[in-house]
Amino acid sequence: MSAILNDETKKVLVDPLVSNNPITLQVLGICSALAVTSQMSTSLIMSLALTLVTAFSSAAISAIRNHIPSSIRIIVQMTIIASLVIVVDQLLKAFAYDISKQLSVFVGLIITNCIVMGRAEGYAMKNPPLESFIDGIGNGLGYSLILISVSFIRELLGSGKLLGIEVFQLTKDGGWYDPNGLMLLPPSAFFIIGLIIWAVRQWKPEQAEKVEFKILPIAHGEGGHH
Amino acid sequence: MPKEKKQCEHYAKLCAMLEKNENYQKAKVYADKVLALSNDSLEKTIAIAVSLCLVCAVLVSFAAVALKPLQINNKELDMKKNILDVAGLLEEGRDIDSAFAEKIEAKVVDLETGDYVESINPADYDQRKAAKDPAQSVAIPKEKDLAHIRIKAKYAKVFLVKEGGAVKSIILPVNGYGLWSTLYGFLSLEPDGQTVQSINFYDQAETPGLGGEVVNPNWRALWKGKKVYAESDLPSMEKGLISEADMGEPALSLIKGVVDNSKPGSQYQVDGLAGASLTSTGVTNLIKYWMSKEGFAPYLSKVRTVKGGVS
Repeated sequence: MSAILNDETKKVLVDPLVSNNPITLQVLGICSALAVTSQMSTSLIMSLALTLVTAFSSAAISAIRNHIPSSIRIIVQMTIIASLVIVVDQLLKAFAYDISKQLSVFVGLIITNCIVMGRAEGYAMKNPPLESFIDGIGNGLGYSLILISVSFIRELLGSGKLLGIEVFQLTKDGGWYDPNGLMLLPPSAFFIIGLIIWAVRQWKPEQAEKVEFKILPIAHGEGGHH
Repeated sequence: MPKEKKQCEHYAKLCAMLEKNENYQKAKVYADKVLALSNDSLEKTIAIAVSLCLVCAVLVSFAAVALKPLQINNKELDMKKNILDVAGLLEEGRDIDSAFAEKIEAKVVDLETGDYVESINPADYDQRKAAKDPAQSVAIPKEKDLAHIRIKAKYAKVFLVKEGGAVKSIILPVNGYGLWSTLYGFLSLEPDGQTVQSINFYDQAETPGLGGEVVNPNWRALWKGKKVYAESDLPSMEKGLISEADMGEPALSLIKGVVDNSKPGSQYQVDGLAGASLTSTGVTNLIKYWMSKEGFAPYLSKVRTVKGGVS
């Protein structure tokens, strides 16, 4: 393993988990992070699908990167990504029918997920296939990490369950836990992701963006009443 | 290993033949020429676009065609599972196909007359597909379109559960618009065509946890024993009088809050879904629509007039 994973590739794989996370640092791929995180099972499958698509599309794009005409490069990337997404969608419908029913349009929407495009354009166009593949896996895992954390919180607080198994007994079934309905709605993912970004940036202050401008204090004698 | 060796030789022969083929040689020379061109030349741009599309098209069609049988199978199995579930016959560990074949009988019903259509084999009839085919469907006038589905198939596919020759439940397909999506489901009635046994929705995309609770077993259990039509309307309906005047509107509906079972009329009420008034209204409307004269009322009134239930 150590022969394959030298320091450079390890960095490519591990960096996107926290220090260069596509969701918390690059703030990409938020849309699906809001939509599919009300249950853990859908987030897990979505994470897996996105990781595979990112990895394979990056590898494929990187393999032909030296022959992609720059005038149609985005369309070429989109075509490859879209084909892979359709294949993943077909596979899900064939082998995980129930989950594919729940994910419905969101698998198809991986095509427009900014992470996949971002890695294709930002990394795979300049690096060899194997590195691009690992970069895709790394970024997919970074996305998965956030998705799974968010869905853990949402499913637990929203329906008292984890992966469909009851953890907190609900009041309507005679238990003690009154579920938080907000957690089942997409906006709650916004709050949770916001809190996660805040926590990560407290832990790693270098991720915080520089203040673009400063509000000057009002100089003495100016302003006020005339 | 002789078989594998034979195959290897076969492929080697094929490759050799391909190498000698004139057109293959030409294509190869052309491919090398194109790859050597500048990336931004028009010829290369077109060549790359065309070949990429070809490769992707082959990949996508291969996946779609190869996986189709599995997907169709999944869909059918899911449908059968839902029908067994609404009939209360879903057993853990029992093979769905065999349970379905043994206990459930499909029938095609003409919605307008309420008669069985014997000329169509139920196994070949897909009601959802038929609803999309102009030749097999009818547009619903706006003022009558309670369920907001705009078009319905002329014929519906119903399912009967029989035990020892006698019908035990009548399973009717229903659909209607909720908040985000069209809900598709089955309503299972006693042979009296009046008492609800169960309901389920197999295809919906309502808000998970709110409107999506239409699939919650606890909520679905509340439907058992509820009555579809007002008892006072039944006698005239039993006579087969289904004229506009006699036809009572279906009484069953979802209400806000919890039903007080001690109150009169509670047999026509089911708890609404908390936090999902639009989905609840949608469910009420689809019941009202499908149980009305537009839907299954003609069929159900015939069912009732047959002594001892359906044949």
